Amino acid sequence: MTEKHTIETSAEDLLKTAAVWQDQGRKVALATVIKTWGSSPRQAGSMMIIDQDMTMLGSVSGGCIEGAVIQEALEIMNHGKADILEFGVGDEQAWDVGLACGGTIQVYVERLEAA
Amino acid sequence: MKRTTLDQLNIAKAAKETTALLTDLKSGEQELVYPLRSDVEHPLLADLKTAVRDDKSYVHATENGETFIQIFNPPLRLIIVGAVHISQFLVPMAQSAGYEVILIDPRSAFGNKTRFPNCAITNEWPDEAMEDLKPDHRTAVVLLTHDPKLDDPALEASLNSDAFYIGALGSKRTHAKRLDRLRHIENLDRIEGPIGLDIGAKNPAEIAVSILASITKSLRHGDKT
Repeated sequence: MTEKHTIETSAEDLLKTAAVWQDQGRKVALATVIKTWGSSPRQAGSMMIIDQDMTMLGSVSGGCIEGAVIQEALEIMNHGKADILEFGVGDEQAWDVGLACGGTIQVYVERLEAA
Repeated sequence: MKRTTLDQLNIAKAAKETTALLTDLKSGEQELVYPLRSDVEHPLLADLKTAVRDDKSYVHATENGETFIQIFNPPLRLIIVGAVHISQFLVPMAQSAGYEVILIDPRSAFGNKTRFPNCAITNEWPDEAMEDLKPDHRTAVVLLTHDPKLDDPALEASLNSDAFYIGALGSKRTHAKRLDRLRHIENLDRIEGPIGLDIGAKNPAEIAVSILASITKSLRHGDKT
């Protein structure tokens, strides 16, 4: 029970970790669920942080789209231009990443700036 | 996200302050708003307050495009005064609903790890314990001891806090006596007494259901009835 609660409220803890990672000199990107339709395991506001070595913490789905988000995050931490990624059944990309939960999900990916 | 924004979010988290992060999805520009501060002004303030109450982040469509409103609320907490039989049912139910539960009972025969193996327990006097716990707008307080010398000080502390729900066990008659004892305090109508939704609860487990239902109603409906 306590474990579940920790998971549900972890967005803020991720932000703390993001600051620590940047202080260690790592490049950091943030991915945030902004919209969901249909059944989706993570609600809007759920977050994941990624560094340049593809270390990730948190989640934006039940594990189905994290791989694709990481790929995009790696590019965004270099060029710095935030992007909205959309995944869903019916979308070719969704089959590629195996979003089997039957929902559609939009994820905002941005770079953590140094200042 | 700017590092300064991230730092402000982390400071607010440490201070258990509610924040709303607004992201313009076209420009990527971000703004941090503290919707519960008394002096705050913002064109979307009413929407932000609703989102805070519902604890719901969402994309808000405006004339100028879309803004993602992300709500950072402190975790939900339930403070129970009285490690009684009802509490043995209420603790796991509330934990399942996502609350961090803290039990207060200075009587260690009641408030102990054998009776409550999976819950934070303090054996301090309720007024001292409440001072440490500082109930906020994401905290519900439930008084279950039936004993004025335990319940009343905790009630007084709760009424001086932003707790979103305050309930006290006892019949209508008991509650009337309680209100009379506490008549020197303001906002006594914030206390729900008798506690819980009227679902005809007969035993401790059912009373726990009615209490959690009432807490949920306050959390999700606020002042709406």
